[in-house]
Amino acid sequence: MSRHLLSAADLDADEATAVLDTAAEMANVAGREVKKLPTLRGRTVVNLFYEDSTRTRISFEAAAKRLSADVINFSAKGSSVAKGESLKDTALTLQAMGADAVVIRHGASGAPHRLADWVDGSVINAGDGTHEHPTQALLDAYTMRARLGRLAGLKVAIVGDVLHSRVARSNVLLLHTLGAHVTLVAPPTLLPVGVGAWPADTSFDLDAVLPSSDVVMMLRVQRERMGDSFFPSVREYSRRYGLDGARMRQLPAHAIVMHPGPMIRGMEIAPEVADSPRSTITEQVTNGVSVRMAVLYLLLGGMNQ
Amino acid sequence: MTFLIKGVSLLGGEPTDLLLRDGVVAEAGTGVSAAGAQVIDADGLVALPGLVDLHTHLREPGREDAETVETGSRAAALGGYTAVCAMANTEPVADTAGVVEQVWRLGRRAGLVDVQPVGAVTVGLRGEHLAELGAMATSAAAVRIFSDDGHCVSDPRLMRRALEYVQAFDGTVAQHAEEPRLTENAQMHEGEISARLGLTGWPAVAEEAIIARDVLLAEHVGARLHICHVSTAGSVEILRAAKARGVRVSAEVTPHHLLLTDERTTTYDPVFKVNPPLRTGADVAALRQAVADGVIDAIATDHAPHTVEDKECEWAYARPGMLGLQTALPVALEVFGQQWDLIAERMSRAPARLAGLDGHGRHPATGEPANLTLVDPTARVSVDATAQASRSRNTPFARMTLPGRVVATFLRGEPTVLDGKASR
Ligand SMILES: [Zn+2]
Repeated sequence: MSRHLLSAADLDADEATAVLDTAAEMANVAGREVKKLPTLRGRTVVNLFYEDSTRTRISFEAAAKRLSADVINFSAKGSSVAKGESLKDTALTLQAMGADAVVIRHGASGAPHRLADWVDGSVINAGDGTHEHPTQALLDAYTMRARLGRLAGLKVAIVGDVLHSRVARSNVLLLHTLGAHVTLVAPPTLLPVGVGAWPADTSFDLDAVLPSSDVVMMLRVQRERMGDSFFPSVREYSRRYGLDGARMRQLPAHAIVMHPGPMIRGMEIAPEVADSPRSTITEQVTNGVSVRMAVLYLLLGGMNQ
Repeated sequence: MTFLIKGVSLLGGEPTDLLLRDGVVAEAGTGVSAAGAQVIDADGLVALPGLVDLHTHLREPGREDAETVETGSRAAALGGYTAVCAMANTEPVADTAGVVEQVWRLGRRAGLVDVQPVGAVTVGLRGEHLAELGAMATSAAAVRIFSDDGHCVSDPRLMRRALEYVQAFDGTVAQHAEEPRLTENAQMHEGEISARLGLTGWPAVAEEAIIARDVLLAEHVGARLHICHVSTAGSVEILRAAKARGVRVSAEVTPHHLLLTDERTTTYDPVFKVNPPLRTGADVAALRQAVADGVIDAIATDHAPHTVEDKECEWAYARPGMLGLQTALPVALEVFGQQWDLIAERMSRAPARLAGLDGHGRHPATGEPANLTLVDPTARVSVDATAQASRSRNTPFARMTLPGRVVATFLRGEPTVLDGKASR
């Protein structure tokens, strides 16, 4: 693996599979009484979060601690970051602290790429703007493989605000690498101009896609998009693109329903669907820790040493 | 001081001697001699009329930490320029006779190029009320080009009025064509790469829609119109059609839009962030063709210095703009080769005509003002961002090796650059 994980495209099929296999081993550790491995003892992992995302931060923190790393949380609130310190100056501070890895969540697309130019340690993109969220894609792939036994040949529908979704971008890239077939389903306003170059099909018709889908991944749709005329109303959006009980019953019996969270019940997903046995939402959270352990392990302590 | 330039090739022609005295070319020919003249051996060098930039941001007053009239003038002289048009988006905005005269005087004091101020079209560049265009025209700065550059005059009625009004003093409105609603929060060219990078797109249509509208407005009222930094193939087609039916429209393109594409954005390094954004390879090809066939009249730098803090940051937070004065001629040579007449037309004669700068853009013949630049066409120079005369270092051409080196620049017979170094 290369030094950083900035994009899901940084991983080839062997590397991505190695992450998923390693994550499976990590999951066994999580099931043991003593949940810690000594692998990263003495190494420092910094969580640098410019956006509030408690769930992702906690997931990375748990992953690093289970590998015995020292974890420093550097959140935007109450730190020099909030006082207008530049990303570059923050990078120099982290460099001086000897950070072995920096996990960064940032509202600006490409911020992790900038950071990677300024620090010697590994940079892990934990979500940048509307660009990518590669560990989310890895945990999604892990979850699909755990539930359905394979990734190659799976038909995956990703539904919702693709335009603004870093989860969609990373999933398209990773699932393509791993041999799955992705169809993006959205109103035309929420697909980016240029989406034709992505290794995925597109559709405006959810009902046409569901019967042949092995996986349906629902993306969060923010209400504010309505104000920008991406769609006329929440009601119309959920009628055309929301996953309710009736739509769920169009799926093949084995199909699963995923959501990266946090979800808006009643908007893109009905409570009945979120709470059904098809839903993998809580597994995704659990698998997130294992996958992030695997990423830290492979970037910092694993195969390269 | 009298200078005798020996054996220079005028626009690539046979070696000629030029005697510069009292601000003019006193003699041009072979075997010229003059007692007491400082002789410059110009064997192998090419003489061009001093370059004229229609579009320069000198940042003074207001952002002297990024550039001053003096540092920008020095960069211009080193780039082979003898005149630059200073854009109005300073702080305060150059929207009154007082501010344009201040910029004009600062230019005179620096004395390295003629600094011709551009006046704002609207008060504070806000796009609401016309600035006192007539007062700027009759000021000591004698403003002829008016532009809200950095902002589009997007209100069609206000644009119509501006186009009409400036005809009273032979003015031109230079439009920064950017439909503001279509470019809210826009970060880069909208296309395959913006989709991949998750950066908000700046669609070509936002430029083309304004150019189409303004061409029709100019046609309707019979006014002159200039389009700043044309960046798309679609814009070229609109201009081509407008010119073919006789609309009085002129256009410029930047060196960076002639050489670089949106592929550069993939590093997220904001040194490549610019407005309008870098476009696709197909756009670059159309722009080159438009320069070659005259649909685009001028190459203009849009020299836009920014401090390190405004560029060494996240892409979305960075200011748009690139340095251009010291690299424009090398980029033109890289793109068009040694087509000296084309380069003289697009970088000196046409911009001088459009800006009404009578002493510039003239062939260095006997009796003409001695505004000229000497270029070593065989030199290849690696661009060093830290070695720019500009106070800023945001050149997108850093580490690129480009052809051509400006050896000397003369402004009214006095050297502003000699041996590749600024005279002051
Ligand atoms: Zn502009």
